[in-house]
Amino acid sequence: MPITVALDRADDVRPFIERSGATHPSLVDSDHRLAELYHISNVPTLIWIDERGRICRPHDAQFGTDTFAAYTGKQSGPYLEMLRRWVRDGTGALPADEVRRLSPAPTPETQLARAERALAWHLHQVGREAAAQRHFHRAGELAPLDWTIRRGSMPLLGENPFGPAFFELAKQGKTEYAMEAITPTRSAAKS
Amino acid sequence: MMLTLIDGERRHAIGAQFADGGVQVDPADVEAALGWKLAPEGLCRGSVCVPVRDRASLVRAGGLDLAALAALLDRPLALDAAERAAALGESAGDRANALHTLEAPDFTLPDLAGRMHTLSDHRGKKVLLIAYASW
Repeated sequence: MPITVALDRADDVRPFIERSGATHPSLVDSDHRLAELYHISNVPTLIWIDERGRICRPHDAQFGTDTFAAYTGKQSGPYLEMLRRWVRDGTGALPADEVRRLSPAPTPETQLARAERALAWHLHQVGREAAAQRHFHRAGELAPLDWTIRRGSMPLLGENPFGPAFFELAKQGKTEYAMEAITPTRSAAKS
Repeated sequence: MMLTLIDGERRHAIGAQFADGGVQVDPADVEAALGWKLAPEGLCRGSVCVPVRDRASLVRAGGLDLAALAALLDRPLALDAAERAAALGESAGDRANALHTLEAPDFTLPDLAGRMHTLSDHRGKKVLLIAYASW
């Protein structure tokens, strides 16, 4: 069962969901509740949850198509094949200790950043734009590599998340994913 | 005056006094919103009590000092006194402990039509949880 969650405003994702004709739950999380609960700092990220409701593969940047393959260096094929095998045969789930080891840990700074982002989002919703802006920026200073905060707030700050502000952000470093080290990428795609 | 206190998905209106950039909040409103109450043994919610070593910094003339309260609960606090709004975040320790169990944190979120969906309703099936955005 796929469940998609957009860390976004409903109107920003509506065209994507409607165009896809998805029949699985396609949810909208403007409050970034999912980012808080699963300690997510960038999208896309995919998490496997087994039949018992346990995380058996922590979040991992993967793509369903090769649209961004030139930029990300990741092709969708190997991951999709691994996903099919998990669904079909139950293989590919990781041992509990491995899932724990690969999951980035929340820190007091990341948690304060999320609180600042929650305050900023509230202020934005009640129309207090100048104050909202201050707290979006404060959140970004506290968690400089968290793109759910930094890139995710660009549309709310009137910045283009595919424009100069994004390229400046991309130069500052990479956000932390659990699975970067062990998931097949282009170099391992043949296996 | 009132303070809007954001706690996860909830918004509480809490009686507050603003002084020197700090905020003192009404103890009865705090109890109604968060469940925590000042008692002789400390700050208590149900049968759980957090010891209060420095009572003077928590209990002020205008109510409970909000920053001291958040610190005692090990929760981050984002405050904008001028906007009369604050957000209480989640403790890093609590989140780390919750994630350590590997239990997928449950959530209920709306789809575009406003229908609510809960992760744990799909227990018994494998779930591929995909977070994405337009940005």
